[in-house]
Amino acid sequence: MTAISESAAFKTDETYTPEGKYQFRNSPEGVRRLPFPFPDDDYMYSMNLEPHVPAGNGALRAAFDIDEHYVSECTHRAQMLSDMPGVHYLALPHMLEAQWDLLELIFESYARDFPEHFTLTKNGNEWRWQNRLLGIDDSFTFGDPSTLPMDPMEYATRQAQGEFVVLEEKDNTLVIGAGMTTQRADYSLKFNLGMSFFEFHGPVPKLHEMGILDRALKFLLRMKPGHPVRRVNWSLTVNPRLETSVETLPEWAPDRATVNGENAGEKVYLRIELQPLHRLPRSNAIVFPVRTYLVSLAELVEYAPDWAKRIHRALASLDPELVDYKGFHRYHEAAVEWLSRHDDGAPLATGYPWAPEGIQPGGN
Amino acid sequence: MSESQHGALRLRVKRIEAVTPEINRYTFGAADGSWLPPFSGGSHITVLIPADGDTRRNAYSLMSSPYDTSEYQIAVRRVDDGKRGSLAMHTNVREGDILLAGIPANLFPVSKHARHHLFIAGGVGITPVFAQLEELSLKGSSFELHLAVRGPEHAALGHELKERYGERVTLYGHDGESRLNTMDVLAGRPLGTHAYVCGPTRMIDDVVNSAHALGWSDSNIHFERFEDLGSTGDPFSVTLARSGAVIEVSPEQSLLEAVEEAGHKLPYLCRGGACGECETEVLELDGTIDHRDDWLSESDRATCKLIMPCVSRATCTKLVINA
Repeated sequence: MTAISESAAFKTDETYTPEGKYQFRNSPEGVRRLPFPFPDDDYMYSMNLEPHVPAGNGALRAAFDIDEHYVSECTHRAQMLSDMPGVHYLALPHMLEAQWDLLELIFESYARDFPEHFTLTKNGNEWRWQNRLLGIDDSFTFGDPSTLPMDPMEYATRQAQGEFVVLEEKDNTLVIGAGMTTQRADYSLKFNLGMSFFEFHGPVPKLHEMGILDRALKFLLRMKPGHPVRRVNWSLTVNPRLETSVETLPEWAPDRATVNGENAGEKVYLRIELQPLHRLPRSNAIVFPVRTYLVSLAELVEYAPDWAKRIHRALASLDPELVDYKGFHRYHEAAVEWLSRHDDGAPLATGYPWAPEGIQPGGN
Repeated sequence: MSESQHGALRLRVKRIEAVTPEINRYTFGAADGSWLPPFSGGSHITVLIPADGDTRRNAYSLMSSPYDTSEYQIAVRRVDDGKRGSLAMHTNVREGDILLAGIPANLFPVSKHARHHLFIAGGVGITPVFAQLEELSLKGSSFELHLAVRGPEHAALGHELKERYGERVTLYGHDGESRLNTMDVLAGRPLGTHAYVCGPTRMIDDVVNSAHALGWSDSNIHFERFEDLGSTGDPFSVTLARSGAVIEVSPEQSLLEAVEEAGHKLPYLCRGGACGECETEVLELDGTIDHRDDWLSESDRATCKLIMPCVSRATCTKLVINA
């Protein structure tokens, strides 16, 4: 299996909005390459940070993964940015150096990991960037913002899948200094800008008691350039809607009341977040990317039956505080009920799918 | 970019210059002629120095321009009674030699919020400031440097900076007379000034104490934190209770890496002492455990009944772990 198989070519007509009637679906290969986030039948937070080294041929092969939804996600980002200017992309003035660092990291990674789609040619600081998927061929001077049509971070991340939050190291903590977040899961970039590590994690239950935040911060502050780490996280959402920010909550929150035991398979999506963190070399900032994957419960059952069994068990036994925090108490029961019809109770492997002997999608 | 498989850089020694009676400046290029990784002012690299059949790992600040990654420069002050790493740099290393080094890391970055940067340095402590001033100068930031040296023969690096930055550099001790008074330098500064100190411990203490006495807040006072030791250190051996295997842990590898290299398995995840995954029971110990993780509690550490093999080491004649 290649990272993006021939049969799952890039789709250009997908939508992530009700106006576009949610024209979104995954190919079988697209599902089976996902970074499935449930290593055990019971789920609880853990410090699941590990070195971000290539693993397998799926979503963890590249430093920054792209998949069959790349083109449609970039289109969606452009739409969101024009619909609500100043809400989804923000950068404080002192983050300019980190913006260039991020542009370099994304472009170098894409060109190295997907040479058939991207080429970066450097002649000193005179760079040429070719993005064949979006039909872009630009030349600019690295470090000179006047040679780009917009901020370097906006320019780079308009051509990237996933969100990017850039954290500045200051006074022994990390502070949010910039973000491209058109796919936010229930928070506000404007509200969080300038917050420190403990502040922006404030709403997450149990983390403080478990001591996870202290350890995570110490670990992150020791991160070095060239040694990225990753973690995965997840939530549930209704409809394949990428943009679920606080600002648009009235538009999407009522959808949560539309789920029942019959339609949960089609309505409820697992939202997987792959987060490969990098220390940036010139700015000493840390980039926190959130690459989001959407997959419906029905798609899991059809193309990855063992993962469907696993998520059934993890959701059924989930701590009520997490159900609440993740925002799906309205349809938690319906999702579990629907999934229970597809779980025969057979024992499943433990470990992430990319680990040796970890849980595989199952089926064929 | 130049990088070997273990993330170590292979550096060729391009030039060695004696800049004071005790300090040599080394200029490195990538051994394969490619570009070196970019870095920020205040960064250091850990150089692996062959010494007496052993390897020393010394951290040196990068003093070359962060905007020219064709070369790295470090300065090494010879310490005759230390762990002999600097002595080996002075006596064994020749132009053309290849040295291994880690990727740059920064424990002493300049503040992005400062309106004015005030540097105070002593002796070889000037090295990170070289790169920091270059960075600030290119950005057009406001800065000044106060550099104390022990006498005219130790002032060469100071004169170099004086030549580059003129009035913004003040030297002390180069004439055998003038003395740096940190209270005078720090007094009457407007809010938005950030102070950076790099030099001997007593100089750091002096600057921090003076700044506190003058009402500076800690967020505006910067000094290099203690060197991050990572998972390397003196060699020791460990016995795996279940197989009886005795494994030597070399200075360059962690306990976890040594066990893996010998073909055994331990659980792990973060490999950085934070996640708790590799926590292992200590069955027998003659000596002490050098705990370097963020996972074990103080009481866990004190009992020496648990060890985190991904980062922690032991100074011991015997160590048996339940693995």
